[in-house]
Formats: sequence, structure tokens, C-alpha cells
Amino acid sequence: MAEQAQTAFHETAVIRRETRRGDFGGRLFGDRIFGLSTLGLALVVLALIISLAVVLIQASLPSLHQFGLHFLVSTDWDPVNDIYGALPFIYGTAVSSALALAIAVPLSLGVALCLSELAPAWLKRPIAFLVELLAAIPSVVYGLWAIFVLGPWLRDHVEPILKGALGFLPFFHGPRTSVSMFSAGVILAVMVIPYISSVCTDVFAVVPQSQREAALALGATKWEMVRLSVLPPSISGVVGAIILGLGRALGETIAVAMVIGNSPNISFSLFAPAATLASVIANEFAEATTNMYQSALIELGLVLMALAIVLNVMARLLVVGVRRRAGVH
Amino acid sequence: MTLTLQRHYQYRKAKNLVMMGLTIFATVITLTPLFLVLGYLLYKGASSINFAFFTRLPAPVGETGGGMANAIVGTFELVILAALMGVPIGVGAGIYAAEHRGTKLADAVRFAADVMMGVPSIVVGIFAYAVVVRPMGGFSAIAGAVALATIMIPLVTRTTEEMVLLVPHELREASLALGVPRWRTTISVVARTAMGGIATGVILATARIAGETAPLLFTAFGNHFWSTSLRGPVASLPVQVYTYAISPFADWQRQAWAGALVLTAIVLALELGVRAVTGGQTKAPR
Repeated sequence: MAEQAQTAFHETAVIRRETRRGDFGGRLFGDRIFGLSTLGLALVVLALIISLAVVLIQASLPSLHQFGLHFLVSTDWDPVNDIYGALPFIYGTAVSSALALAIAVPLSLGVALCLSELAPAWLKRPIAFLVELLAAIPSVVYGLWAIFVLGPWLRDHVEPILKGALGFLPFFHGPRTSVSMFSAGVILAVMVIPYISSVCTDVFAVVPQSQREAALALGATKWEMVRLSVLPPSISGVVGAIILGLGRALGETIAVAMVIGNSPNISFSLFAPAATLASVIANEFAEATTNMYQSALIELGLVLMALAIVLNVMARLLVVGVRRRAGVH
Repeated sequence: MTLTLQRHYQYRKAKNLVMMGLTIFATVITLTPLFLVLGYLLYKGASSINFAFFTRLPAPVGETGGGMANAIVGTFELVILAALMGVPIGVGAGIYAAEHRGTKLADAVRFAADVMMGVPSIVVGIFAYAVVVRPMGGFSAIAGAVALATIMIPLVTRTTEEMVLLVPHELREASLALGVPRWRTTISVVARTAMGGIATGVILATARIAGETAPLLFTAFGNHFWSTSLRGPVASLPVQVYTYAISPFADWQRQAWAGALVLTAIVLALELGVRAVTGGQTKAPR
């Protein structure tokens, strides 16, 4: 395939050279115009990502100068006195994402295994389609549903059970509320499952059929086949899928902002309101009156972007090899 | 001996049943929210939707009634404006990345697009705020469209690139052999063959940005009236649903459901429409 492309490329190069030799000034002019304009547009994409980083760093300079690295570990978030620290939001982002993954990863693996190993052919398409639909619903709609349906339901039916069973842990102390870290984690889980499970399904699909048959021929049950032949070669891909999901969960804004309660305090209880990097920006940016306030919020955005980019690149490196084998680019 | 073997078999069989049952259980649990969300949307949204919703401006606080006409128009305005900016850039960059595959610049473009897809949309909102809202001195439709276009560009770039790469090389060669110049080959043979896939990618990207709220909060902002200028703030469905949903007024909350229903209908119509045309083969890039 690569060789074929290589020769083809070579051939077009030859054709180009020959065209150039002849008197085809007019068409060469067209080639040049077209080449330059696509080049220009390609450069716009590069410029966009670079300026994204530059603009964010520049806009957060006042806050960077004022608070330095202390910004990342300070828990003060006091717009009245113009003192800012990011720790409550970093904590909120970490905990809500961890909670989301704790729920989403087992479910996504289940869905992916069901799709790749269990479901009959006629059921695969509809199930995969429905899971994809989960990713299509706008974030604000999930948020709306979480405020009025999921949050109250969790408060009245799930949180009492958790409190009863695990109430001795600090995570399950305190009054139950419908806007809380817990609600945010659950709605985040719903939103990242389609991403994780779709990558996992691709990853499992790459495992050669002969490996499955080998396990079955040794007398393995279907589950033993999964344990022996499907999971071990898929580990790096699955980890990539999870990191991709984590990247999504960190950056998810509106649905979280609607149900997490937006309190800049660190509370160990999952039932208490909290805030994430993204949710505090969504909530306070339009009302940020002082320069320093805005700059501090932008610095939160910078932290968020750095985290998301690192995770995304990591995940892509882990998944890319697998996807290439699967023929998915 | 046989007895213990027998029991071992039974244990393995039972374990198999349990684990396979769990995967089915996981699938059911995963799909439950989908049906619940859609069900609530229909149940709560359809009962709140009426003619006025589509034709009237929002009512002042305290008065019931009114609609989201300006937000519906605003969403179309923003999305079309964003597409006008984002599609040419995305398609051009995608064609470049595919036609110059293997060069450093093409790899850089692909990598940049991948990285940009991972940037949270709220961060894109900050970016648009810093480069458009601040210099212009106020919230504007242009700023909102710039934010949405920034989200759209990497999506369109990547699908275009993939679709162009799928075009067989023989097709290019046939055209070049006929003496057609390279640029015309790319436009009328390569891009045309990839047209269906590119259009699909564009529509999926459009569906994606139509539902975005976060990047609009402090760029397009919101507006209780018709927007008369691209340089002024404009209402949009997602932002309107957001503000109404977190408001304490029952009538606004009711309208939030109606707005969410209309928004979801628009987004799903685009997604499902594309899938119906392409036979469900397309996956959105992510």
C-alpha cells in the first residue's frame, strides 16, 4: 500500500517535472495559486493552535505575576479582595472526573465487550448507533435533565443507600443535596461512556479472530476467551480510551456547571457542592469585573488546556497504533 | 475426581454466565439515560411548546408566555457564520494535509488539528473573548461565530483529510494523464470524489457546534431582543436553555425544556439525516 503510494507519488512528480519543461505557463500559474491557497489555509490551522496558547498565556500574565506558582496550591478564592487560588477547582475537577471514570469505565468495557463478543450481528448496529446517540445530545440538555430529574433522584434514592452502607467514610458524610459533586460525577459518566466504549470496541475488533478461536479450541468458555485472548493485547488501547475519556471529563463544562453547585470550597463529602476549573470559568467569567479576577479565571483556563492537551496527546499515542491496524484513521 | 471436575465445570459455566450477563447489564444501564433524557424531553418539552414559542420574544421576568424566536434565529445565524469561516479553512487545510502527506508541514497540520480537538470548548471561548470581544469592546455575534468556527475547523480538517486520502491514486493519474493540471485534478477529480464524505463531516461538525453552550457564554453572550447587528450580542438556543434552566422561575424552567427539545431536534436531525444518507457508516471524528 505504502509502496504503491510511493510509486504513484513518484509518477506524479515525474509528470509535474515534464509539465514544467513544456510551455504550460498558464496551468503552472493555476497550480501555484491553488497550492499557495491551500498552504495558507493549512498555516491558519497551525497559527490557530499556537495563538490559542499564546493568547491564553498572555492574558493570564497579571495573575501569573501576582500569585506565581502559589496559585496552584492556594485555596483562597476571594474576588472581593482580589485574591485567587486554583486548588479548590483543581480538586473539584480531579474528583468529579475520577468519580465519572469509576462509573464509566466498567460500563464502557461492558458495552464494548457486549458489542464485540456477544451481540448477534443484527443487534450490533442498533446498539452501536444508540451509544453514539448518547454523544450527540448537547451538553446543556444533559445539564437540564440532571438538574430536574437526575439530581433529585440521586438525592432521594441513591445517596441514602450509599450513606447507609458506606456512611463511615468521609466521602459520604454531610447533608444530601441534589446539586453536588456526586450528581456532577454521574452526569459526566453518562457523557463520557460513548467516547470510551467506542474506542474500546474498535480496540477489541482488532484482536485477530484466530486468537479467539484458539482459546475456544482449548475449551475456554466465552468469558475465559475474553480474559485470555481479547483483553491482554488490548490493554494499551483500553488505557488510551480511558485517558481520552478523562480528557473529555476534565473539559466538560455546562452540564457540570449546572449541577455541581459551584462552591469554591474543598469538601471531602461527595454530597456537598463543589466547582471545577471549567465550571467556575463558565459561571464567573462574564461577571469578572477586575482585571486580576479575569486574569485569574483565564489562568484556570490555561491549566485546564494544558491538562487536556497532555492527556489527549497521550491517549492518541496509545490508541493510534491500534486504530491503524483496524483501518480506522 | 469426576465429581470435583464436574463442579469445576459448573463453576466455570456459572462464571461465564455471570460475566456475560454483566456486559448485557452494562449495556442496558448505559442506554437507560438516553431513553430517559429523550423521554423527558418529549414529555416536558412537548407540553411546553406552542406557536408563541417559535414566534415571540422572551417575556420579561414575572410575565408568563413569550418564546425563543430570537434564540432560534440566533443559533442559525451563529452556526451559518461559523461554517462560513470554518468550512473553507478546514477543507483547505485538510486537502493540503492529504495531498502533501508525509511532509513535515502536513504532519504538523494533522497533529495541530488533533490537539485542537482535545481543547475544551470553554477554553476556546476564552480565546475568542481575548481576540474578538476585548478589541471590539463588547460581546458580539462575530465573537461567538469565531469561537464556534475554532471548534469546527479541526473536525472538518481531519474528515476532509481522511476522505481525500481514500480517493484512489489511479483516479488522479488518469486525470493528470489527460493533461489536466494538478489544481484542476485536485478540485474536479479528487475533491469531487471525496465530496460526499467531506459534506458528511461538515454536517456532523455543524451539528456538534449547534449544541455548544460554553464557548458562547462570554462571546455571543445573550440577548432578550432580536439582534440587529453582527457587532452586538445575540441570543442562542443553548445559552437561552442554560440561563432559563438555572433560573428560579417556573415559567422559564418550562421554556428551558421546550428550548432543549427544539435544540435536540435540530442536532439529532442533522446527525440522523447524515446517517440515513450515508447508511450509518460515518463516525464523527473525536
